[in-house]
Amino acid sequence: MSRTSTAICLGVVLGGAALMAALNLMTPADSAVHVPTYVVSLFGKYLCFAILALALDLVWGFAGILSLGHAAFFALGGYAMGMYLMREIGTRGVYGNPNLPDFMVFLNWKELPWYWYGFGNPAFAMLMAMVVPGVLALVFGWLAFRSRVSGVYLSIITQALTYALLLAFFRNDMGFGGNNGMTDFKDMFGLPLQSDATRSGLLVATAMFLAAALLLSRGVVTSRFGKVLIAVRDAESRTRFLAYRPENYKLFVFVLSAVMAGIGGALYVPQVGIINPSEFSPANSIEAVIWVAVGGRGTLVGPIIGAVMVNLGKTYLTGALPEVWLFALGFLFILVTLLLPKGIVGLFARRRAKREMSPTPGIVLPAEPAE
Amino acid sequence: MSGVVGKNAETLLYLDGVSVSFDGFKALNSLSLVLVPGEMRAVIGPNGAGKTTMMDVITGKTRPDEGRVVFGRDTDLTRLDEPAIATLGIGRKFQKPTVFEPHTVWDNLLLALSGDRRPRFTLWARESSEEQDRIEAILKTIRLGDARKRRASELSHGQKQWLEIGMLLAQEPQLLLVDEPVAGMTDSETAQTADLLREINRTRSVVVVEHDMAFVRALAVKVTVLHEGSVLSEGSIDHVSEDPRVVEVYLGR
Repeated sequence: MSRTSTAICLGVVLGGAALMAALNLMTPADSAVHVPTYVVSLFGKYLCFAILALALDLVWGFAGILSLGHAAFFALGGYAMGMYLMREIGTRGVYGNPNLPDFMVFLNWKELPWYWYGFGNPAFAMLMAMVVPGVLALVFGWLAFRSRVSGVYLSIITQALTYALLLAFFRNDMGFGGNNGMTDFKDMFGLPLQSDATRSGLLVATAMFLAAALLLSRGVVTSRFGKVLIAVRDAESRTRFLAYRPENYKLFVFVLSAVMAGIGGALYVPQVGIINPSEFSPANSIEAVIWVAVGGRGTLVGPIIGAVMVNLGKTYLTGALPEVWLFALGFLFILVTLLLPKGIVGLFARRRAKREMSPTPGIVLPAEPAE
Repeated sequence: MSGVVGKNAETLLYLDGVSVSFDGFKALNSLSLVLVPGEMRAVIGPNGAGKTTMMDVITGKTRPDEGRVVFGRDTDLTRLDEPAIATLGIGRKFQKPTVFEPHTVWDNLLLALSGDRRPRFTLWARESSEEQDRIEAILKTIRLGDARKRRASELSHGQKQWLEIGMLLAQEPQLLLVDEPVAGMTDSETAQTADLLREINRTRSVVVVEHDMAFVRALAVKVTVLHEGSVLSEGSIDHVSEDPRVVEVYLGR
């Protein structure tokens, strides 16, 4: 979308997060404007989902790669953060073992597996939250795009990827806490995770990462690279006969997107306090696709709006009418596909186009809702 | 059969006994064809004669089962893929106009301009004044100067065909393969397209695949008639249209 909508979105995300943090920290708990800490973390969670939605839009909206396994990158970033938070617990665990997390003591393990080395160092763990999803995307994308796997086939293998990871992480021998995953975190960078200040700080940090991701994505899609990417999305073979190598373009954006999703997952874990294999469940990835579709595919700002709104609805409905939620989600997807092929943002763009009767400069909406 | 000329410096493109079959159907059957630099050649033939498959083989979309395709002095095209062949200087226009619909006419040409195609370049690339001059020149040739800011999706069918030809020019190829450029065009658009192709032919070699005999006649170039995957007849339009074998396959049905 245009420069204006990006600016508005940045303002709302950053301003909203700062305001919420201020109202949480600076007003007494009985004040009418006080924002309780659980609401702060709830919105922090929504913004993490918004990062995932943005990452997905980058590949789906602009390169036509419908990934049905993007939550896998999000979860891997989350696990990297979870491993750091586990190491931070130190001797404060139930078993008080200084070298091993509780679940390893419980499994009678004697020493730390090699792949846990270094995760006590926060900088290393943050790096891994980006490197692990990035490398997986690089290998997976290299194989898939080079063999010209696309469309439904690609969607299916991304779904298989996340399902395979789900099964793998369920296993206790993997050394990632199996079924229960990791939880009971105490602090992060030396700050207690239960304190209001840390929670508010995490919300503001998430908003800042989301803003940076939005600016970076916008820079990418409005560059000449982005124009080639849209060309690949709509007429891949034409780009080949123009001497472009579409696989390189797809691979770059796929890896970038996976790294972004990984950052989203790393910010998610300290705010929800747990990471377990269910984050890899295929349904999570499909939900992310719905956020993007609802907000507006190929608009960058739309998926952010979609992620926050759908999750607000989810929080409300799963509380008030839990049995209705999945039906509502399915119905919403059908409704958006049929009536709003360009999502909420498309609705606004159409109104403005009617008013001005001139083509909108900047990013262009995809012609079709799905590949 | 065309007289097989040994490959030499005077040959731009040399198809040597190229065969392609799909599930037992021989789309190309030991096809041989020689094109000299600067030539414009019209390729005609009934449906299924192998015209599009020939283009696919030259541009690397289809690998032949047998035979060689030599470009210039000694480059074997059958070993290369589409982007590599496009980089060598072979441009291709599809039968159905294929342009980047959401982009403006200007951006379509910008993306087609010859230059660095690697992501690491396009990520940082800024439009240079040299690029702008080149685009302006092409806009003039394809007569779309007034439409430069319009989205390609808003163009008429004929304008899209010209835009695609313009994109090929922007690629600065040595050889242009053009598949049915006047299909679906009005008479005046057809005449303008013939002019455009002649203009392009002043600096580049062109192969035109076409059904429209009036258009082929208007081009007034050497004609190759394909039938069942090989060359049936070759020569001027008058020569081939008097050839009894051509009359049989073309008019006999």
